[in-house]
Amino acid sequence: MSDAPTIEMRGISKSFPAVKALRGVSFTCSRGEVHALCGENGAGKSTLIKILSGVYRPDGGDVLIDGQEQHFKHPQEALLAGISVIYQEFSLLPERTVAQNLFLGREPMKNGLIDNKAMVAETQRVLGLFGVRHRIEPETLVADLDVASQQMVEIAKAISLNAKVIVMDEPTAALNEAECEVLFSLVDQLRASGTAIVYITHRMREVTRLANRVTVIKDGEVTASFDHVPAPDVIVRAMVGRDISEYYPEPATPSEIGPVVLSVSGGANAALSDINLELRSGEIVGFAGLQGAGRTPLAMALFGAAPFTSGSMTLDGKAVHLTSPRDAIRAGIGMLPGDRKAQALFLMQSVRDNGMLTARSFANPFGGHKANRFTDLTGMNALLDQMKVRAPSYEQEMRFLSGGNQQKAIVARWLALRPKILIFIEPTRGIDVDAKASIYHLMRDLARAGTAVMMVSSDLPEILGASDRIVVMREGRIAGEFSRSATEAELMLAATGETGVAA
Amino acid sequence: MSAQSLPQATSPTRRLPRINPVYVLVVALILAIIVMNPAFGEPTGYMNFLKRVTALAILSAGALYVIVSGGFDLSVGSIMTLTVIGSSMLASNDPNSTYWIIPLMLGIGAVIGLINGLVVSYLKVPSLIATLGMMITLNGVAFMWSGGAPRGYLPDTFRFFGRYNITDVPIISLLPIAVICLVVFGAILWWGMHRTNFGRMLHAVGDNQQAARLAGVPVERVRISAFVVSALTAVLAGVILGGRAGVSVDIGSGFELQAITAAVIGGAQLLGGRGSVPATIAGALALEAIFTLLNLLGLAQPVRLVVQGLILIGAVAFATYQRKRAGR
Repeated sequence: MSDAPTIEMRGISKSFPAVKALRGVSFTCSRGEVHALCGENGAGKSTLIKILSGVYRPDGGDVLIDGQEQHFKHPQEALLAGISVIYQEFSLLPERTVAQNLFLGREPMKNGLIDNKAMVAETQRVLGLFGVRHRIEPETLVADLDVASQQMVEIAKAISLNAKVIVMDEPTAALNEAECEVLFSLVDQLRASGTAIVYITHRMREVTRLANRVTVIKDGEVTASFDHVPAPDVIVRAMVGRDISEYYPEPATPSEIGPVVLSVSGGANAALSDINLELRSGEIVGFAGLQGAGRTPLAMALFGAAPFTSGSMTLDGKAVHLTSPRDAIRAGIGMLPGDRKAQALFLMQSVRDNGMLTARSFANPFGGHKANRFTDLTGMNALLDQMKVRAPSYEQEMRFLSGGNQQKAIVARWLALRPKILIFIEPTRGIDVDAKASIYHLMRDLARAGTAVMMVSSDLPEILGASDRIVVMREGRIAGEFSRSATEAELMLAATGETGVAA
Repeated sequence: MSAQSLPQATSPTRRLPRINPVYVLVVALILAIIVMNPAFGEPTGYMNFLKRVTALAILSAGALYVIVSGGFDLSVGSIMTLTVIGSSMLASNDPNSTYWIIPLMLGIGAVIGLINGLVVSYLKVPSLIATLGMMITLNGVAFMWSGGAPRGYLPDTFRFFGRYNITDVPIISLLPIAVICLVVFGAILWWGMHRTNFGRMLHAVGDNQQAARLAGVPVERVRISAFVVSALTAVLAGVILGGRAGVSVDIGSGFELQAITAAVIGGAQLLGGRGSVPATIAGALALEAIFTLLNLLGLAQPVRLVVQGLILIGAVAFATYQRKRAGR
């Protein structure tokens, strides 16, 4: 084998209808190294990887594998050339066993039948290579495995395909602490065995722990490339392009915080217990906690989608009982769901139709679609302009927009109704940095205009940077309340319950 | 202001208005028919064609409401049968009965649509199964009502809509009442689907039901309304078909799948979210034109069924392929 890097991408460019995704990006990765590819969401990391793995073809530039120029027309060709990509969304078939998934499409045959024994034995061997044999049985259904184990099956699949290059796209996104450690030691083993690993992340901890080299992409261009691992703040600055602290608007002054708009006392349902809560106009309240701590169920309860079964709730001092999102919206509560694709977006409808939908839902159904008592087409265009939604036209179907622009279009949906309370769930998940900043400023502008903002987020810096007050939840209860001067450590302690913090 | 920061659209084809291929298909098929049978180019030829297709076209445009909302309505053919049989039984040869029979049938249709909608929305029965059950039930009801063989006939006042032509019209020389019905109901259904808040909610529910609920769309009401519209158009289609073809016990059978086929040819997205009333009507014209061509080629009735089935499969496969290519 030559000394050429295992993969070399030279001057890759790629454009999509609305955006130039990549401009002259070069990237290499050699045997036995972990090359971290960093960048905010939307920076172009995924596009680069999709070009490497043959999903997209570049508009310009070359891809070389072991020094040989390659023009993959299909992901299968890249796979055969030894490039395995482990995406955030797994490609496993849930109703098949681990072994069947490993050998999908290349099952060993014996006398014209699938040789099950050989399949299981080989699966066991591969799983044994990185010491997870005790953890995963070849004949378990993939659906019965936890996320971390599913990821290991993906990696095992890559190994059994003799992958020269394994690309991991934010592999820790769905893993807990212990599972991360297992993954990290697995990456170490793969590196030691001579695999080239491209590790995509925006978490500095993982870069420091794993990487040999670091490349940072921002807005489709390489902004920094290091042959060593620099200090985290150097990487962050390259990712963001400026200092993070400018990103959060000034907090509310005491005089800006108004009266209590919504209060809950003793609220409970299957997922929540003993919720006592007040939201004030002009205030942004951040809700922190681990996955499953009950933050989303609380938002859904306030929004009437999964109502409280006991306790009481008042809105502007009057008792209310909200049993459906329509009730809640009528009462002046809006919500931006965390899983936008499943819960908020209408991908086949136009950007403007997405924005107009809620206003239309409360207007006369037989009224014209161009105007109603909440807004009209001109008003919606103005709101979309104000949100700086980037689209070739607002007639464009929603599916062609980037995550950040989709989120902004949905914010416009609520702004048309001028809600008293607006609930944001993971408002900046999957959104690029500039759009993030504009969402924080937007939340602050809404608060200044008198809206009570509730922000559920798993991103602690965001919670600390954007909130006026912080509520930490744990196991369906409110575990503590903090001012914005709290530290990440304090919040984590309350979220994990390692000390008996009380408000 | 947002446009300033954007690069110019790279490919000029994106700027051309996209013509739905169904319109090209209809024109091509009609030209093919005219080549094979020049009489078709005369007003009596194409007007009779339009007259023949009216029932299916109105039915398809109504069934599209359910398709766009993300469901199927298999009961429409049996509603047509029930309309024809029921009207002939009730009319008992009285020409004045038409004035109450048609409103009564519309009322019955509305109730059937309501039941379909309630079963699908609240009992969460998949629409395919719920309306299949309704189809079998209504076919049975129509059969029982007629006593096994159709008696009576439809008075001329009833058959007026499906049968009569206004003659001596300038240029086109004759104008069937059915064609007027097609234009009027087609326009109403177009307005409801494409020019009202209701139509946009229908699209939203079919596109993403969970998101629609969280955006405040009254999902159940919208879905139920779609079934009611579908059932009402089935009654209208039944009145026109009965008027043209007379009474028989299986007059509406097969129309439910023809309606779905017409919608799919017109580019409607099965499982919801996308569909156009004019394109669906064009889809019905295309389907009927294909049948006419097969007739001209001397192919028998069973061939029609084979062709229709293949079109349905092909159109769905094509739509799925396009959807995949669009990265969805």
